[in-house]
Amino acid sequence: MELYIFDGSLEGLLTAVFECYQRKSRVVKLVSEIHHVPDVFDAGFRVDSDREKGKRVWKGLCRKLGKEWQLRFYKSFLSEQPEAFQHLLNFARYIIDQPTGAWENFAHPDVLAISQTSQKVHREKHRMEAFIRFQKTADDIYYAHIEPDFDVLPLLPDHFQNRYADQRWIIYDLKRKYGLYYDLEKTEEIELDSAPQMSIVNALPSDLLDSQEALYTLLWQDYFKSTNIQARKNMRLHVRHVPRRYWKYLSEKQDQF
Amino acid sequence: MYERIREKLGILADAAKYDVSCSSSGSNRKNENKGIGDAEGTGICHTYTEDGRCVSLLKILLTNHCIFDCAFCVSRRSNDIKRAAFSVEEVVELTMNFYRRNYIEGLFLSSGIFKNADYTMERLVRIVKKLRQEERFNGYIHLKTIPGASDELLREAGLYADRMSINLEMPTENGLKLLAPEKSHAEVKKPLKYIQNNITQFESEKALIKSVPKFVPAGQSTQIVVGATAESDKEIMHTANAFYQNFSLKRVYYSGYIPISNDARLPVIGSQPPLIRENRLYQADWLMRFYGFKVQEILNDLHPNLEADVDPKLSWALRNLDQFPVDINTADYFMILRVPGIGVASALKIVQARKFGRLYENHLRKLGIAFRKARHFIRFADSPMLLKEYEAGHIKGIILSESKSKYQANPNNQLSLF
Ligand code: SF4
Repeated sequence: MELYIFDGSLEGLLTAVFECYQRKSRVVKLVSEIHHVPDVFDAGFRVDSDREKGKRVWKGLCRKLGKEWQLRFYKSFLSEQPEAFQHLLNFARYIIDQPTGAWENFAHPDVLAISQTSQKVHREKHRMEAFIRFQKTADDIYYAHIEPDFDVLPLLPDHFQNRYADQRWIIYDLKRKYGLYYDLEKTEEIELDSAPQMSIVNALPSDLLDSQEALYTLLWQDYFKSTNIQARKNMRLHVRHVPRRYWKYLSEKQDQF
Repeated sequence: MYERIREKLGILADAAKYDVSCSSSGSNRKNENKGIGDAEGTGICHTYTEDGRCVSLLKILLTNHCIFDCAFCVSRRSNDIKRAAFSVEEVVELTMNFYRRNYIEGLFLSSGIFKNADYTMERLVRIVKKLRQEERFNGYIHLKTIPGASDELLREAGLYADRMSINLEMPTENGLKLLAPEKSHAEVKKPLKYIQNNITQFESEKALIKSVPKFVPAGQSTQIVVGATAESDKEIMHTANAFYQNFSLKRVYYSGYIPISNDARLPVIGSQPPLIRENRLYQADWLMRFYGFKVQEILNDLHPNLEADVDPKLSWALRNLDQFPVDINTADYFMILRVPGIGVASALKIVQARKFGRLYENHLRKLGIAFRKARHFIRFADSPMLLKEYEAGHIKGIILSESKSKYQANPNNQLSLF
């Protein structure tokens, strides 16, 4: 078995796939720098991220995989999980080596892993689309911050810019310290010098907010209560759908803190 | 200053909540005019109530004033409650401000009937028209059809709404006559048919001419109240089935009756709503719509009611053991779908994966099927030899004892357990 160490980028991962063929490696263990614990006996091979090599592998994969599986590959990568990197490498090699259609082999461990990991990332993306609560600021920007389990920000622009095409908005990932800003024309990545803290109550200080913001937060909280049917109360089901770690996003849950 | 609008919202959201439909799916409205919002695909649940129901739309009544006196309804004329009414502007403002903050997918607007049907319908239409034309709102709109409203108003409403619905309320005409003498199923069928015909007509015109506007793109739905009157599950599901077929409905909702009245014709206040029964009905509904079951297979004169302790798919399998075991490696997709413990997604994965080689137990476990349940009904590459055939009661006993917590008295109103 050979040890490959890469820089944690998608380009690096694809380059690693390239090197497997170039170096005629058989079984490869792939770790990213930050997860790598140096070992005196096994220095490992350092993968040098390379645009061209990465591109060639990606093109090769795209020839074999449909749109949906290309996206699954990318989503699994965004999971940032050490096991996922290994599965992605194995999966890429398996797909390249087999005739088209091999992704349907759900009995294959790497195919199954990619399908499951991408599903998890997809679910987190979907939760962000559901649970983000914008607050309107005094300068007419709709602002929300998040701390998603996975790096889902790159998956969000389409949904939010299609939907909120006529308002400016910011979605900021406090954990990874970058965000998306839509300026009515396009969405760009931004970094804020002084991003607010994720307080348990997801709220900007009131002096930054639009004068109507407090009213609509209140009305939404009222609505959440009024639309509940007490006779059917079922908190187990409630918590299954809205796990507690997401409550900090939800203005309707603020009185729970 | 906030108090008036807060009070109205309180009253009119409370009165609207007994309509259980929450879906914001099935439409295809894009944000093409660089306005605000879209309504494509499956829709999003932005939160869940403490009773575990999806909240995706702002669900309110325009008013809870009503000239009718339907015994099962909180807004009935004879009920001594606070009444309120929104103005057109108030509904528009609320919708837009909730939508812009990503609270909701859109609006579900219904109303008590004040003055007369057309007067009420005309107000509703005015709101949705304003949303679409002045606010350039492309989010989801579910609009209630007011029984007795004129064809012209219905047709106009259909140009702005994504979905329209009108509730059957009681599963049979007799049940309805008992509790709402002023209403009839005929009154529900007429507008359903009218809108269905228009949908077909708009669709065929749109196939020829691109500029033909959308007309109720997410189709129609209805709601049946369960447990207020004495109908069997068979009567309920056969009615639902007929409405699916005759009116191309997208959804039938089953709403366990929540006692809200001291009327002697109805279950007393404080009695438990029939939530398990409601859940079983939804499961039966899914079997019809996604699993290729005919309603007669699930409910018939011999079996007029769904079982409380096992889901209808398992129940059917136990009654039809002669159709099992199903060989995972060779059986037809539709037969695999009928195996208890195997859902649509895993059935698909099975037929894809078996092209690459025979499937063993460890594959099946990883593919996400409920193996402990399914194993009684399937054969796979390394199936243990069958020493004797178990009979239905025995299998049911094993499954129930293995999954106690899941089936026991957990009032579960959402679909999750096949
Ligand atoms: S017509 Fe509708 S709002 Fe009026 S009492 Fe009957 S069900 Fe309730």
